[in-house]
Amino acid sequence: LFFILFIVVVSARTYADFTPQASFDIKKCDVHKLEEGPPLQAVLTREEGLQYYRTMQTIRRMELKADQLYKQKIIRGFCHLYDGQEACAVGIEAGINLSDHLITAYRAHGYTLTRGGTVREIMAELTGRRGGIAKGKGGSMHMYTKHFYGGNGIVGAQVPLGAGVALACKYLGKNELCVCLYGDGAANQGQIFETYNMASLWKLPCIFICENNKYGMGTSVERAAASTDYYKRGDFIPGLRVDGMDVLCVREATKLAAEHCRSGKGPILMELQTYRYHGHSMSDPGISYRTRDEIQEVRSKSDPISMLKDRMLSNNMASVEELKEIDVEVRKEIEDAAQFATTDPEPPLDDLCNHIFYNDPPMEVRGTNPWTKLKSIS
Amino acid sequence: MTAPVPCDICIINSILLLQVTVRDALNQAMDEELERDERVFLLGEEVAQYDGAYKVSRGLWKKYGDKRIIDTPITEMGFAGIAVGAAMAGLRPICEFMTFNFSMQAIDQVINSAAKTYYMSAGLQSVPIVFRGPNGASAGVAAQHSQCFAAWYGHCPGLKVVSPWSAEDARGLLKSAIRDDNPVVFLENELMYGVPFEMSEEVQSKDFLIPIGKAKIERQGTHITLVSHSRMVSLCLDAAAVLAKEGIECEVINMRTIRPLDAEAIETSIMKTNHLVTVEGGWPQFGIGAEILARIMEGPAFNYLDSPAVRVTGVDIPMPYAKILEDNSVPQIKDIIFSIKKTLNV
Repeated sequence: LFFILFIVVVSARTYADFTPQASFDIKKCDVHKLEEGPPLQAVLTREEGLQYYRTMQTIRRMELKADQLYKQKIIRGFCHLYDGQEACAVGIEAGINLSDHLITAYRAHGYTLTRGGTVREIMAELTGRRGGIAKGKGGSMHMYTKHFYGGNGIVGAQVPLGAGVALACKYLGKNELCVCLYGDGAANQGQIFETYNMASLWKLPCIFICENNKYGMGTSVERAAASTDYYKRGDFIPGLRVDGMDVLCVREATKLAAEHCRSGKGPILMELQTYRYHGHSMSDPGISYRTRDEIQEVRSKSDPISMLKDRMLSNNMASVEELKEIDVEVRKEIEDAAQFATTDPEPPLDDLCNHIFYNDPPMEVRGTNPWTKLKSIS
Repeated sequence: MTAPVPCDICIINSILLLQVTVRDALNQAMDEELERDERVFLLGEEVAQYDGAYKVSRGLWKKYGDKRIIDTPITEMGFAGIAVGAAMAGLRPICEFMTFNFSMQAIDQVINSAAKTYYMSAGLQSVPIVFRGPNGASAGVAAQHSQCFAAWYGHCPGLKVVSPWSAEDARGLLKSAIRDDNPVVFLENELMYGVPFEMSEEVQSKDFLIPIGKAKIERQGTHITLVSHSRMVSLCLDAAAVLAKEGIECEVINMRTIRPLDAEAIETSIMKTNHLVTVEGGWPQFGIGAEILARIMEGPAFNYLDSPAVRVTGVDIPMPYAKILEDNSVPQIKDIIFSIKKTLNV
C-alpha cells in the first residue's frame, strides 16, 4: 500500500511542477504582397515542446551518425546532411497534417523522418541494405514515404513536381495541400518560375518554401542571385521571410501559409532563413567559402535545439533531467538503427532488375552480355 | 468522321467497316478514356480552346471542361514536371508535347522524374503518365522541328515507348498507354494524322486494346523481312507492292512498340525469310535499326541470315528546308527497294 502511495505521490509531484503551456515572442516576418504576417507570439504546450525537442534531436543525432558512418566508408556516394536546419522540417510538419503532401530536394533525411520514416530504415537506406526505406535501391537522395515524394537529385526539378501534387490535391477535392521545398541555389532555376506562373494561374494549393542556408554548394547567395530576397521572387505570389532557426516561427508561418492555401487563394511562398553546420555534402568540408567563426557563431547563438531547450527550461516546462533522458533515448535509438544499418544484409542480386514497371507481368532484362538474361518483377 | 464506306468484299458476319483517320482514332481513344476514368486528364499547349495544334484534341474541352482539359503556357519543363507530380499523387495525366522536339526542354522530367522513380523507390512510387505528340519529320518544318526521338527515349529503362502507324494502332495503343500504370512515351506522326484506315467493329469497341510490346505482321512474305515503325510502314508496304510484281515477297513487320522491342517477332520472321532490312525515319547512328541489328547478331536468328542485315534510315544531317533537299533526307520507296535488292543480291 505504501509502495502504491509512493508512486502516486511521486507522479503527482512530477506533473504538478511543470508549466503546461507558455507563450513566446517570435520574430516578426517580412511580408510581400500580404496584408499580415503570422502573429508575433506563439503558444507552446509542454507536450508539443517535448515532441519538437525529441524530433529535432533525433534528426541531429541521426545526421551526425551518418557523418561518422560516411567517414568510415560504410555510407558511400552523396550524403547531404541537415544538421542545423532541424527547425525547418519540424516546424513545417507542426503546421500541416500527415495527410498533406511534401516534396523536397536531396537534403532530405530530416523530412523522411518527419513524414513518417523511421531512423532504422533511413540509416539502412544510407548504408544500402535490404532493410532500407527504398530497399537499398535509392540511397540518400531517393527516400519516399506516404505523401512524401522524396528526395530528388536534380536541382529544381522537384518544384514542378510539387505543384503537380498540388494540382492533384485540388483536382481530387480533399482539402490537402503540397509543401514544395527548394534551396537558395535552386531558387534561380527557370523551371521554378514556370511553376510559380502555373501555380498562380491555376490557384494550386502549394506552399513554396525556400530553405535559404546562405550557400548553394560553395557559392554564397550574393554571388548567385541578383536578388536575395527569395520571399519576393515569386513576384505575384505573396511571400514571407521567416526565422528558420526558430521552430515556433516556422510553425506559425506554416500555419498561416496552410490557411492561405486551403482557403483557395492559391500558392504562397515562404523563405526560411536557416543554416547548415556541415558542408554541402560529405565531400565538402564547408570551410573554404565560409569561416569557422561564422559556423561557431550560429551554433552558439542560434542553434534551433538549444533555443527550444532554453525556452522550455526557463519557463519551467521541462526539467534538465527529463531532457537529458530524451537525449539518452534518442542516442539509443540512433545506436540501434546504426547497428541495424551496418549488419543488415545488402539487397539480394535477385532484386537487381525488379521495380522497373508497376503492375506488369514479369519480364526479361538483358544483363551485361547477350547470354545473361535477368528477371524483372513488378 | 466520314460515313461508312460500302464494302462489297467484306460483308463477313455483317462487320461494319469504318474509314477513320489516325487523328480521329486518337481523339476517340482519348475521349473514351476520359469518360471511363475520372482521374485521366489532358494538358499541353493549345489542347483545350484551340482544339489542339493539330486538332487531335478537337471537341474534348467543350465536352469535359477546364478541369480535365488544360491549356498550359509555353513552359514545357514546368508543365511536364507538373504532369509527373500529378501522376505521382494519384491522377492519370496525358501530357501533350506540341512536337517531341519541344520535349527536349522537359526531357529531365521524363527521364529522371518519371522513368526512374519506380525503381529508385523500390516500388513505393509509381508514375502512370502518357507523354504524347507528333514525332519525327514533317513537311518543310526544317531542322529544329523534324527530329525523331524514338532512339533517345527507347534507350531508357523505366519507359515504355510506343510508335503507332495505322488508325487501329493509334486507337488500341493509346488506350493501352493511358491504362498502363507506367510512364509511356507515345510517338505520333504529323503526316499520318490525316490518313484514313479501315477500322473493323471489333477495333471500334470501347475496350479494344493493343498490347504494348507486341509487333504486328502487316504483310506476310517469304523472301525478306522488313521491320519498320510509324510512317515508314506505309513506305515498306508500297515497296513490297512494287516488288511483288517482280516476284519478290516481302514480310512487313510493324513494330508498334519501340520499347520493349518485340525481338521475337523479328527473329521468327528472319528464320523464315533469311534476310533483314530495317527502315526508319530517324538518324542512323545509335538508332532503332542499330539496336535491331545488334539484337539479331546476338540472338538465334543470326545463323539464319543469308546476307548481312542492313538499315535504311534518314540521312545523317540536320533536316534541310528546300523540298528537293528534304525529300532526299528521308527514306523514299526507291531507297527501300534498292536496299532490298542489294540484300537479296538481285
